[in-house]
Amino acid sequence: MWMVIHGLIASAIGIAVGLAINWFPESASTQAGPIDRLYDILIWVSVPVFVTVTIIVLFSVQNFRMRPGEEQLDGPPIHGNTRLEVIWTAIPAIILVVLCGYAWVVLRDIEEAQAGEMRVNVVGQQFAWTFEYPQADGEPVRSKHLYLPKDQPVRFSVRAIDVIHDFWVPAFRMKIDAVPGIETGYRITPNRLGTYPVVCAELCGLGHAVMRATTRVVEPAAFERWIAQQKAPAQASEDGEVDGKALFTDGNGAATACGACHTLADAATSSATGPDLDEVLADKDAAYIEREIVDPNAEITPGFQTGIMPPNYGDTLSSDELEALVTYLGEVAGK
Amino acid sequence: MATANPALVPEITVHSVEPEPRGWVSWITTTDHKRIGILYLVTTFVFFLLGGVEALLMRVQLGAPDNTFLTPATYNALFTLHGTTMIFLFVVPIMAGFGNYFLPLMIGARDMAFPKLNALSYWLLLSGGIVFYVSLFFSPPEAGWTSYAPLSGSVYSPGSGIDAWIFLIHLTGISSLIGAINFYATIANMRAPGMGWGRLPLFVWSLLVYAILLILALPVIAGAVTLLLTDRHFGTGFFDQGQGGDPLLWQHLFWFFGHPEVYIMILPGFGMISEILPVFARKPIFGYKAIAAATVVIAFLALLVWAHHMFSTPSATIVLVFFMVSSFLIAIPTGVKIFNWIATLWRGTVEFKTPLIFSVGFISVFLIGGITGIFLAVFPVDWQLTDTYFVVAHLHYVLVGGSVFAIFAGIYYWYPKITGRMLSESLGKWSFGLMYVGINVTFLIQHSIGLDGMPRRVYEYPDVGNLALYNLISTIGSFMLGLGVVVTAWNVVRSLKKGARSGPDPWKANTLEWFLPSPPPANNFDVIPRVRSVEPMKDIRRQIARQSETPVELGAAEPTPR
Repeated sequence: MWMVIHGLIASAIGIAVGLAINWFPESASTQAGPIDRLYDILIWVSVPVFVTVTIIVLFSVQNFRMRPGEEQLDGPPIHGNTRLEVIWTAIPAIILVVLCGYAWVVLRDIEEAQAGEMRVNVVGQQFAWTFEYPQADGEPVRSKHLYLPKDQPVRFSVRAIDVIHDFWVPAFRMKIDAVPGIETGYRITPNRLGTYPVVCAELCGLGHAVMRATTRVVEPAAFERWIAQQKAPAQASEDGEVDGKALFTDGNGAATACGACHTLADAATSSATGPDLDEVLADKDAAYIEREIVDPNAEITPGFQTGIMPPNYGDTLSSDELEALVTYLGEVAGK
Repeated sequence: MATANPALVPEITVHSVEPEPRGWVSWITTTDHKRIGILYLVTTFVFFLLGGVEALLMRVQLGAPDNTFLTPATYNALFTLHGTTMIFLFVVPIMAGFGNYFLPLMIGARDMAFPKLNALSYWLLLSGGIVFYVSLFFSPPEAGWTSYAPLSGSVYSPGSGIDAWIFLIHLTGISSLIGAINFYATIANMRAPGMGWGRLPLFVWSLLVYAILLILALPVIAGAVTLLLTDRHFGTGFFDQGQGGDPLLWQHLFWFFGHPEVYIMILPGFGMISEILPVFARKPIFGYKAIAAATVVIAFLALLVWAHHMFSTPSATIVLVFFMVSSFLIAIPTGVKIFNWIATLWRGTVEFKTPLIFSVGFISVFLIGGITGIFLAVFPVDWQLTDTYFVVAHLHYVLVGGSVFAIFAGIYYWYPKITGRMLSESLGKWSFGLMYVGINVTFLIQHSIGLDGMPRRVYEYPDVGNLALYNLISTIGSFMLGLGVVVTAWNVVRSLKKGARSGPDPWKANTLEWFLPSPPPANNFDVIPRVRSVEPMKDIRRQIARQSETPVELGAAEPTPR
């Protein structure tokens, strides 16, 4: 009786606390609703289980503790009870079957395809994300940060260029590995305006911790304006020279932006994953800079590790782009 | 003849005993399972302390946001060393250490079935550890204990650290395989007369299943790391999508081994708890058959759940559902064990000695790990939780709250048998208190850290939300946990000389190892008693009591065999 009363009180408090605590970051997608509800149901189920077991253990060690004079006493020779065994096998089994069924329903809901989905390609590489918005007329729009219109269903198509990454926006509650050679994805519908972090959740090398970006959920009209803006400079550069500075800060879709890892005053970047280029490239000639980009492991700045910088810039940059980048760096580094 | 002998009818007798060899050469050349067991226990405990220091360094780095105490390279090396050390050089082999020492004693054998192979398996373990730690002086591995391809390939991990890791897996793997075959052969063939499968101590049951799981799972990881080695050095492309390979193949192979490994690490712990609780509750284990059966069922299911580590990889939904259901199923036999342990305490006469306290602590902390395991198995929820600190919290509740608490319970329970001395009870209780509070302060808050969006394996984090405070709390807890471990280490060293003499059976225990003097002689048993129940020592005490017609005193249960 003592146990039942305490158990009920403790369970009630536990569930209340479990539901009151705001476990997750703010939710920003329609898919978050069913997932958060499933989480709450897990709390409903698990708190009483925890409380029951804990109370019985506490009661046993308190009530049946050895008292002075009982040192030679043996407890009753009870070896087991088949009916009890059946009960405590069957009850958890029933609970688990019900939970499984409910999880399946939630899964079907959140994976359902929506009408009029917008497709966004997510590309992971060491150590930055690139988001591509395919356009009916020509080249896709590329961005280092994720822009999404509110209430527009989105299907992300996720891939990786080098190692395995994991595309995670905690506010959307979904996560998927970006695996080289495989295209993966998931669907969400953003439903709250705001700015949310994008995180890489799978160890991808030394810059894993800094592989972050920002999601901005904006009004559809603002999104259209943003796309139009992004298109404009892309078209302008088609007939003109390659812009070394833009390449440095934004990359080219295949090659990660230099600025994601390096500090350069002229480009206003400040990451410390790789060496500060204002220091290490000051007064260096073009041949040296080119070699450092194409073969980064040839000479390593003291205090940094071999193998962090992707060794494939020779392939991912065209010769024009490489030349523009080398010229740009020669002009501005350390100046 | 009917009443002359106060003990038992000798079934097997020995005719002469060689004097015990001394000196360090005798330790290197020994094939005595007890000495090999001690070598195992001491070596793995040293690796445990090393792994602990690595963990504390990481916690210092994470104690404050944007900290620059460690470089990313050092941090990545540390979590790789920490995970690999704790799993391959501590938890798995220390179970083999306990098994080596106590398996023959508990089943009434004079040694393992293959004593020389037994020595080989220890020396392979030690060389694996050395090969791995030597990489510290060159380029330590930085790809995590899971070494996912393609990050662990030669393009992204050009240093020799991954190769050291591969050789560690091979050496410790062969060591464990040999050990497992030895355990199996010993249990199958060398049991005392009368010890049928239904009278096997539960710790021995768990070692039997541990051995079978090792035999089934280890060849897979050995194959996988061999493929990785040829990928790195001989131009093959098993895990390289550019050459038609598949990076996910690595994960499937790794976790096909990796999940049974989890049960390899916890089942012997379950076995220890099943031995210790009835001794200190003064009551037979509740549901012997149910616990033994649950052990076998867990092992079977453990082979069918590997892809629940891969819920965020591109896999067909029906595959994910299968692995969600199979992961759920494991909760049932695990629950059966917990309920039976509680029923063992129920109406007992519970004696509050350190081994019992660690065992009860084990139940309560392991329970939290089990429940968060259910959260992680529900994969719509798992998409938010996987690869975050929630997983770190879960696995540490299972491994520290589960395996480590069981190991500490085992240390306090069996130390008197190994050394002939008692460990200090008050230091033991201090150690438990510090560790119990420490583990909860360290890891409970990590659930929230993960839910707030902090991924695992990051050397720094931005100062947003409550992350800075939560991480600081976790760091403080980790030092309490560390201090608790140091107290026990000190207790173990101190009690070698200062501990009270234990006598053969200080706990009034149930199994055959307590029939012997402490420490046991080189040949173990002069007389191997016939086993008539799961609790042979109870029978022996009862028989003596009947024959001497006075209640037998604690610690004086050793019969005179001749």
